[in-house]
Amino acid sequence: MRRPIVGPLVLLLGLCTLSVGAQPIAPYERADWPIPVGPIDTHVLAALEAHGIEAALPCSDEVFVRRVYLDLTGTLPEPAAVCGFLADDSPDRRARLIDHLMATEAFTDYWALKWCDVLRVKSEFPINLWPNAVQAYHRWVRDAIAENRRCDQFVRELLTSSGSNFRVPPVNFYRAIQGRDPGAIAGAVALSFMGTRLDAWPEQQREQMAAFFSRIAFKGTAEWKEEIVHLDPAATEPLDAVLPDGTAVHIEAGEDPRVVFADWLVAPDNEWFARSIVNRIWYWLMGRGIIHEPDDIRADNPPTNPELLACLERELIDSGFDLRHIYRLILNSRTWQQSAIPRSDDPQAGTLFAYYPVRRLDAEVLIDALCWFAGDGESYSSPIPEPFTWVPEYHPTIALSDGSISSQFLEMFGRPSRDTGLLSERNNEPTQSQRLYLLNSSDVQRRIAQSPRLREILTSTGWNARMTVSELYLTLLSREPTEDEMAVALEYCATDGRRLYDAAVDLSWALINSKEFLYRH
Amino acid sequence: MDARERGWAISRRDALKLGALGAAGLVLGGRSGAWAQAPPRQAKARSVIQIWMWGGPSHLDTFDPKPDAGYDYCGPLGDTVATNVDGIVINAALPLLAQQADKYAIIRSMTHGINAHETASYIVQTGREPGRLVFPCAGAVVSLFRGYDHGYDGIVDPYIVLTQPQGRFSEAGFLGQAYKPFATGGDPARERFEVEGIVAPGITDERQLARRELLAALDTIGAAIPDSPEFALHDRSEQDAYALMLGEARELFDLATEPDEVREVYGRNTFGQSCLMARRLVEQGVPWVTINYKGWDTHKQHFQSMNRMLPELDQGMATLLQDLADRGLLESTIIWWGGEFGRTPRVMWEPPWNGGRGHHGACFTCVVAGGGFQGGRVVGASDARGEQVAERPVYPVDLIGSIYELMGIDPDGPLPNPRGLDVKVLPSAEDGVKTGGRLHEIM
Repeated sequence: MRRPIVGPLVLLLGLCTLSVGAQPIAPYERADWPIPVGPIDTHVLAALEAHGIEAALPCSDEVFVRRVYLDLTGTLPEPAAVCGFLADDSPDRRARLIDHLMATEAFTDYWALKWCDVLRVKSEFPINLWPNAVQAYHRWVRDAIAENRRCDQFVRELLTSSGSNFRVPPVNFYRAIQGRDPGAIAGAVALSFMGTRLDAWPEQQREQMAAFFSRIAFKGTAEWKEEIVHLDPAATEPLDAVLPDGTAVHIEAGEDPRVVFADWLVAPDNEWFARSIVNRIWYWLMGRGIIHEPDDIRADNPPTNPELLACLERELIDSGFDLRHIYRLILNSRTWQQSAIPRSDDPQAGTLFAYYPVRRLDAEVLIDALCWFAGDGESYSSPIPEPFTWVPEYHPTIALSDGSISSQFLEMFGRPSRDTGLLSERNNEPTQSQRLYLLNSSDVQRRIAQSPRLREILTSTGWNARMTVSELYLTLLSREPTEDEMAVALEYCATDGRRLYDAAVDLSWALINSKEFLYRH
Repeated sequence: MDARERGWAISRRDALKLGALGAAGLVLGGRSGAWAQAPPRQAKARSVIQIWMWGGPSHLDTFDPKPDAGYDYCGPLGDTVATNVDGIVINAALPLLAQQADKYAIIRSMTHGINAHETASYIVQTGREPGRLVFPCAGAVVSLFRGYDHGYDGIVDPYIVLTQPQGRFSEAGFLGQAYKPFATGGDPARERFEVEGIVAPGITDERQLARRELLAALDTIGAAIPDSPEFALHDRSEQDAYALMLGEARELFDLATEPDEVREVYGRNTFGQSCLMARRLVEQGVPWVTINYKGWDTHKQHFQSMNRMLPELDQGMATLLQDLADRGLLESTIIWWGGEFGRTPRVMWEPPWNGGRGHHGACFTCVVAGGGFQGGRVVGASDARGEQVAERPVYPVDLIGSIYELMGIDPDGPLPNPRGLDVKVLPSAEDGVKTGGRLHEIM
């Protein structure tokens, strides 16, 4: 849809930037790498070299600390945490921060959010899980992430569980699908765990895959909205089925075809599973899949860097399907720690990961950041009847369990509807209405004017303009202002007739509206 | 909405400016969207004002009274009033609307049988049963066919909601972000209608401009990555936003420019002033305005709510009809009044409802006026107690299809969409939907 205007002039300017050479741009870059080349980097750099593409410079520690908080936990770092990190000069400070963050509650919340998008965790139309089941399901996903459950085990439980939707949470996988026919279920399984769209498969293969899900039965109980998912007892014939790789299997009556399928899916030698898992994680962290879109894997959509993908798959399998091992591997790579400033205008620079791509903050992350500054919470609305809509005050949006609980902000900023589980449901494109909201809405005005952080900064600095500017930068952009920025801000504060409070409100407003605040970089 | 999201090379605003300078060719070039449509068919109507009765209004207490059903059905609202059309009576709670009956048609046989808000709203606003795809609602479809890609050049979005959005299920569906409505927020009944994002409370223009300069001066990362397509998109949506904030849009939303007596006659309440605002918007050619009128989901305290709300509805809607007619706008403006369903004809006197009405999708009422719909007509009928359709069932797909026809949109034509799905604007009998046929008897 987007049609960027890339005229010859822009290209020329790009070349000029290149020819100047790789001078680090403050405050975003540094000249030398604080970390060695890792296994991922070897493959990325090889591909870049083969195409004559220059990689970006290392990101600065200021950029790193903000980026790692946002990418791992979906939250902004406290100013004290930023200062602590910047004051640390030990060589392994970046790796230690990565490990520290993976042990936080926010990490668990944020990755549960991502998985719940894929698994379509939502009470109401068109998924209709119902709130009790959503709570149980979300809690189960969250617990699995908190304990770093092996992802093969995680998926096996989702695929093979039987029982009550309230008491055996993973059975909700089969309930969170629009349509309960075997074809619809197979489509959801393929999308969620194989990263592929079944409707693009030949009909025969589609039917073969659907057969594994043809013996699931659902029944209600005396409990309101309780539902049991189980193996259909009426299916008394053995089933001859064909796995997606073409292997014929004979399934005895009474044997659960879902188990046969799950055994095949998560087997270490099955390329589908590990590939879709690592490719999706790469997409979440690097903004683009090695196969892209990450849920559209098919023969005619090849990886841009096959060796890189193979390396990640191997790492996942050899680590015992340990997802944190993959996060650690990616986040500790030079590839992920590159600056967001491209050093090449080659059109393939993005697809070959020659820089860290800027991306607008996710809707949930952005509203949490605004509330964090404002010291308040978002007010949600929901079509779900009371009392299930009750959300505690100051509850972070990334920790929200239910896709049916929403707000005007979340809708406006493109939160996924969780109707299909497609990654493309999330829409981070900027729109005029988003800009109107951030630039000029009463919500944002109020949040800034009432911010306890702003007040604290003004009083703790004794209403000193310079110190206020520094603290606001540290709070909102996780760094000190540059000299130029300080000069601009101080001039603004010193303008005739402008009170420092109003100037500080306006500066907060400008920083919140800056690209640096609104985009991961 | 940002025009560029629809695949334009230059913004509508820029295009208009360029057009004014004589570079009309560029304008046309810019409008050939990737899935642009043939020009619309002959249209009788230019705009739709949807008065969305959020929660489902009682048909008995409004346009389909059943005085003979007794107190258990009518409660204290058992009286009827003759209208200015022979043979049509409505509930006595709507005396002003009774004087406008020559302008509207009452459809007393709406049905879909669904009693859940979300599903019913989806069906009523899309004409479709829920399925794997989430379809756009009628407002989004109209803003697709009659919006910026098809000659609309207004300063505000082609699809406006006064004041709060209804929720995602009923909006843009797979058409995506660009076809979502602009929800004004704020309250038009206040002294100053603070349209969210356009009219900021307490910020002077001078300060607004100073802030804008400050923001630009501090754009350090933008200067570091000058070629970023993401940032370019961001900058353009920001320019468009400022054009709204500092331009004519503010005057459009400034109800203080209306004479006091006009504001009075619409009623000094949120609904009345929303009707006035809707008139101002259709005067500007906005193709779809929804007044999202909340508060009709009256399970409890039903009659207390009706006593409070029916006079507001009566005054606001009657004035809107009269005002549009006086200004010659009723011919080109469709008014669609209705909610996702009606309410149970039998009053639930028992606890915990203590005089409430539940959801009733089996039979309910919608009202249409203007834009090619004949006034002074009644379509279909409900049974003696308003519980079931007695004659001429009208399904949501029939009503929406009729509106599309009058708007010059082919209900059976393809629905272009960014995902390239092969779908029609509306389903037909062959697709298995229930239909009673479009409302040709009143068109």
